[in-house]
Amino acid sequence: MDYLLTEQQVMIRDLARKIAEEKIRPVAAHYDETEEFAWPIMKILADSDLFGVYLPEQYGGLGGGILDMCLVTEELSKACGGIALGYAGTGLGTLPILLHGSDEQKKKYLPDIAAGKKLAAFCITEAEAGSDAGSIKTTARKEGDKYILNGTKQWITNAGEAEIYTVIASTDKSKGVRGASAFIVEKGTKGMEFGKKEKKLGIRASATREVIFTDCEIPAANLISREGMGFIIAMKTFDCSRPGVAAQAVGIAQGSLDHALEYARTRVQFGQSISGFQAIQHMLADMGTQVEAARALVYATARMVDSGAKSVAKESAMAKLFASDVAMKVTTDAVQIFGGYGYMRDYPVEKYMRDAKITQIYEGTSQIQRNVIAANMIKESIKK
Amino acid sequence: MNIIVCIKQVPNTTDVRIDPVTNTLIREGVESVINPFDAYAIEEAVRLKERCGGKVTVLTMGPPQAENALREAISLGCDEAVLVSDRKFAGSDTWATSYTLAAAIRKIGDFDVILCGKQASDGDTAQVGPGISAHLDIPQVTYVKKIEEISAEKAKVERMTEEGYDVVETPLPCLFTVVKELNTPRMPSLKGMMRAKSAKPLKWTAEDIEADPAALGLDGSPTRVIKIFTPEARKGGEMLKGDTADIAAELAELLKDVVI
Repeated sequence: MDYLLTEQQVMIRDLARKIAEEKIRPVAAHYDETEEFAWPIMKILADSDLFGVYLPEQYGGLGGGILDMCLVTEELSKACGGIALGYAGTGLGTLPILLHGSDEQKKKYLPDIAAGKKLAAFCITEAEAGSDAGSIKTTARKEGDKYILNGTKQWITNAGEAEIYTVIASTDKSKGVRGASAFIVEKGTKGMEFGKKEKKLGIRASATREVIFTDCEIPAANLISREGMGFIIAMKTFDCSRPGVAAQAVGIAQGSLDHALEYARTRVQFGQSISGFQAIQHMLADMGTQVEAARALVYATARMVDSGAKSVAKESAMAKLFASDVAMKVTTDAVQIFGGYGYMRDYPVEKYMRDAKITQIYEGTSQIQRNVIAANMIKESIKK
Repeated sequence: MNIIVCIKQVPNTTDVRIDPVTNTLIREGVESVINPFDAYAIEEAVRLKERCGGKVTVLTMGPPQAENALREAISLGCDEAVLVSDRKFAGSDTWATSYTLAAAIRKIGDFDVILCGKQASDGDTAQVGPGISAHLDIPQVTYVKKIEEISAEKAKVERMTEEGYDVVETPLPCLFTVVKELNTPRMPSLKGMMRAKSAKPLKWTAEDIEADPAALGLDGSPTRVIKIFTPEARKGGEMLKGDTADIAAELAELLKDVVI
């Protein structure tokens, strides 16, 4: 399908595709196996300017939007959803600064992120605050021109590898979610530590750790927006980042479908290529249709975000919900087409199935997405 | 440090077809790319610039569409681009080509290092690089696999040989032809690609480079191609059977027949 991308977007997509094909695909199994962080690939992405596609030109970016970021994430995810997350997770950590940061904060942090010199990470989840993100226990206490952070963030993507962390912490517990605030914390700040690396089902090339704050002092200037805006900043961030997760899901789905198609054409059983069997053909047809439908929804949503639409919560949730379900379905069917070979780790498709699962969970489970979608539908209906 | 990289646009295929009548390559319908060996020369030029400062000028001789190869070189980090293009160059052999490129390099003027791929994937002659150095009367080192040291006056490089490598020290300016062991070419950057899109390569004709008309193109080329043919595919080897001692003895006899 032709999505009428701009000349610059085609250039971005093609370069990301080339890097995915030539540099990531050959090492995807290695990083999945070793669970190492793919720094050599991050360096290539940085040198190619891909980290800056969605950032304004005045901060060293290329002036594109969320669609540009989605194009990169999708292409990288076709080769490895885990390595792609080093890129997409940086986007998630950067969005609070891009959307709500002051000009000084943008000037200070965005150029290094655009150049890929520094990765970013977003810290909201805690052991007792998953879907119920409002119940975070991490606190930020103001003392003079400093804030002092205490608490433990869990399952933080890019933790330990990133230099810049945007952290949601409570500045006033009595106000609940209205007492949450957003901060920028730089790696190396005294009182900031990282927990052990988590062992995961999929996206194993991505680093996931605890981020532990113990009397961690940061300048008051690192507060994003003002006190009490933390939860709103987090939700606005997710509205813009969820199309990115959806793009990752589309990439993972497409990557597994490409393998399944190739395998179906070359695998011979009963004296013929299995792509000649209608049972396989119909599976391929469904997979192809689902991936294209997901892509269309993701791109349309990203364009809506980039148009400056006021509320994109419903659409972003729809894109993530649909694309992540498609990724799970399509990658499972890709393993089915490979049969016994698909179940073996010597073949590439089981990894896609493992990588796909997280897209139904992080940045809001599919159930939370449905809550967001329904709440907005009902709200819109009342307004009519 | 001023660096000049000479590149060639070649058909992107290993399965090149030959026109049986004219004995030349059939280029229609085949995508053109930068000669793979030249990509290593471009990368090394950009690395030298990053190491020593200065600028990289990429040069090619070819039809107008060779401009695409120059733009790609700019996206990979080259600063300026020169296309020498003129109908008078048509049919140039390696002598006339290197004469023409040398004339263009004289017009570019100030340079310390010239880098070329060791050979082009279409013609495979490996003669144009050395030819340029001869026309310019500067030293050359071929098959360079590493530039160990480089200063304003001299360079120390490793030159690949069949048995290993030579370490060669040479005064600058010097021309190096390079092998793929030299580096790993980088990916293009988006900012480089945008710079490439708006870049305007200089376009020079035979007159611009003040070349002797008699030394150009088919007429200026001492080489005449009589026939180009595909050699017969090598036949498969012979497998010797039996126990090791018998095989060794039989092999020794066979080798005697071949060598003596």
